Amino acid sequence: MTLSRGRSLATVAMVTSALILSGCAESDRDEGSGGEDAGGSSTFVFAGSAEPGALDPVYVNDGESFRVARQMYEGLVGTVPGTADPAPLLAKDWTVSEDGLTYDFTLETGVKFHDATDFNAEAVCANFDRWYNLPESAQTDDLTYYYSVIFRGFATGPRADAALYESCTADGEDKATIKLTEPFAGFVPAMSLPAFSMQSPAALEKYQDDAAADPRTTEYSTARPTGTGPFTLGSWERGKQVTLEANPDYWGEKAKVDEAIVVAIEDPKARATALMNGEIDGFDLVGPADIEPLEEAGFQIVNRDAFNVLYLGFNQKTEPLDDVKVRQAIAYAIDKQEIADASLPAGTTLAKIFMPDLVNGYTEDVETYDYDPEKAKQLLEEAGAAGATIEFNYPTDVSRPYMPSPEDTFNVVRSQLEAVGLKIEPVADVWDPDYLDKIQGTPAHGIHLLGWTGDYNDSDNFVGVFFGAETAEWGFTNEKLFSDLAQAKGIPTPEEAKPVYEQINKDIMEFLPGVPLAHPVPSLGFAENVKGYEASPVQDEVWNVVSVE
Amino acid sequence: MLRFVLRRLALMVPVLVGLSILLFAWLRALPGDPARSLLGQRATPEGIARVNEAYGFNEPIVQQYFTYVGALLSGDFGSSIKDGRSVLESFIERFPATIELGVTALILAVVIGVPMGYLAATHQGRFLDTFVISGSLLGVVTPVFFLAILLKLVFADWLGWLPTSLRQDPRIDATHPTNFYILDGLITREWDAMYDAGLHLILPAIALGTIPLAIIVRITRASVSEVLNEDYVRTAESKGLSRRIVSRRHVLRNALLPVVTTIGLQAGLLFSGAVLTETVFAFNGIGQYLFDAISSRDYPVLQGFILFIAIIYALINLVVDVAYGVIDPRVRVS
Repeated sequence: MTLSRGRSLATVAMVTSALILSGCAESDRDEGSGGEDAGGSSTFVFAGSAEPGALDPVYVNDGESFRVARQMYEGLVGTVPGTADPAPLLAKDWTVSEDGLTYDFTLETGVKFHDATDFNAEAVCANFDRWYNLPESAQTDDLTYYYSVIFRGFATGPRADAALYESCTADGEDKATIKLTEPFAGFVPAMSLPAFSMQSPAALEKYQDDAAADPRTTEYSTARPTGTGPFTLGSWERGKQVTLEANPDYWGEKAKVDEAIVVAIEDPKARATALMNGEIDGFDLVGPADIEPLEEAGFQIVNRDAFNVLYLGFNQKTEPLDDVKVRQAIAYAIDKQEIADASLPAGTTLAKIFMPDLVNGYTEDVETYDYDPEKAKQLLEEAGAAGATIEFNYPTDVSRPYMPSPEDTFNVVRSQLEAVGLKIEPVADVWDPDYLDKIQGTPAHGIHLLGWTGDYNDSDNFVGVFFGAETAEWGFTNEKLFSDLAQAKGIPTPEEAKPVYEQINKDIMEFLPGVPLAHPVPSLGFAENVKGYEASPVQDEVWNVVSVE
Repeated sequence: MLRFVLRRLALMVPVLVGLSILLFAWLRALPGDPARSLLGQRATPEGIARVNEAYGFNEPIVQQYFTYVGALLSGDFGSSIKDGRSVLESFIERFPATIELGVTALILAVVIGVPMGYLAATHQGRFLDTFVISGSLLGVVTPVFFLAILLKLVFADWLGWLPTSLRQDPRIDATHPTNFYILDGLITREWDAMYDAGLHLILPAIALGTIPLAIIVRITRASVSEVLNEDYVRTAESKGLSRRIVSRRHVLRNALLPVVTTIGLQAGLLFSGAVLTETVFAFNGIGQYLFDAISSRDYPVLQGFILFIAIIYALINLVVDVAYGVIDPRVRVS
């Protein structure tokens, strides 16, 4: 076993050259699969930040799983492109009864699921009934969060009494009537969520098992998703990629590309590098530092209209934040423009209330606390809190669409507060799970940075979530606000709900449980030859309109 | 020899039992709970309570441990809290990626490190030696993830020569019977896929292999220079044997013994380095999965993967010890 230096070097050189030469050799596989060639076949490679959890959208609640689901499934309701407003999709039209309890949907005809079975009213009711009757083992929030939030309860289990769904009746092929137990203005917009996609009852029957120990790992959820969308599942190679194939029998605008591939690259900078290197055609969640370099290198940056809010929250269980004068002082001390310029992407709008302007019930007719450090100092004096020490919590190791650089935002806000004499005690925590745990699970925090991206166009999805009940995050009890929000939730239509929420927003800004800062604009990055991508504030982005030239 | 191997295997059992208890307790002592991590910002107290109930986190810890061991004994290593997949399945699926990366990194480290260490030893005190010593020091102190980012910057951003993410170009439709991409290429003769997989291996392997490289250089250098001063070498030289024969027959063979032992220990370094390297390069192996499992407090995955890695590490070192005895007749393990 003697090793001659010369011989080992020669061996290495030979092996290397063999590898290089073989790279030029003919492949045994047939040409034309993947990549672009003269035959016109094309592939769109997109990088998200994580793998999907499962391919049955009922059982997932994260953006990456929904991204894939949106290509294969459709619901009764879609969105008007570029907005959060409901638009017809599988349902052509709908009417609501006066009391808000009965919804009549008129369905598209001639639509088939990927397994060639018909989409019809019977299929609609099969889907609604399936969700309502999910076994208790499937009723935990990690599995069916969206059903729980919208429909509040199932047929069985501890929340059965609160269930919003009553029944579904099919009338012929194309009319389905849904009855609710209570009015809910957000019902139709909520039906645009991927969790409420229409799935083939036949395929579900054959391959899905809702009572399985983990329904995310069944054959349906990993290999047989069956919807009506413009793409079908080619394959899901776990840990590698999801390959979607264009659906030649799609009832709407057929996909322009033959294949769409979704890969997962966790680090935003790595995604940017992969795009610049030509390894992918597009990606989501561009890191703030990558936007300019990508634009300068000739890549496209596409912005989504903000459907989020970044806020500075107050924990009123911690003194002196329970004094409204102190809260007002902090609001006056904040210069939102400076925050946006220093730490948020171009195109960010400043926030006046706790919801973006695309949401029903938005109003700017509120108390705004425009930047006035002198007034801030004065209020602090009046409250006897001049020079008070305030704990300021912020997260590290995270970049959210509504909060791309938390440390930078923190630093700006801190300097603004210190400029009015407050002493800031910074407390940093790793986002997951420490920060969330501390802010949302314990009262041990002061002022903090957080935000929210809305799921669908409903005011309750913003202010109801924040202020509908006492929480550890905000630490206050305001019975009037709680009951106003509870009542508003039960208003039958968005039109009737609009003025009620406008008033609620006014009240919130008087009460000032926090300071809404901005609506940052999330971005996607694309190669120059990608055309047609339509960004949606609620991420209703279907790739049948995308072409790769 | 057989008795030695059997005894070592038997000793592994109590070690693994102890490790599993330690892991179990220690993971749960970490702050943060999996329920909140699962639900993220959408967590409500009721939601968390329901998840804890469903996963049995409310039961006393000793009971949880025995439930876990009971399942282990019937071959059930549990399922990921985050995606519900069997821990064993996930490990087997991702294992080839990490092995491929680790082996490539190790080969690089040995193929470059041994000659460099030898050269440094034979040119002791001169420029080449100093250069190698300082270079290896730099290699040891540079954190893997920093080196990874630097490599990406130079080879992708500036030069555009090499890919920076994933194991393969997504546009290539390759078949993967074994999930060892290079091997798969050889089996299926899809040369372009194999070549592409090779390109994707280069940067991560360099990043991962730098520390083992530096260590191998130093150990080889020390070992070679020690052997060079041995009597039998001087005897051989004074007998008139050419330098080449002396080095081949006497010096290298003896000097490489410590290097072989080190390789066994490097396996541990490679696994831990793989966690960061895979994450930076989106290289879908065990390391990346572990990294995610840590932040989501995915106990079953953490327990299972760490146990598997411990078993593999112990087996590698067993093989190294046996090989040592085979290589060096002076050392016979009894």
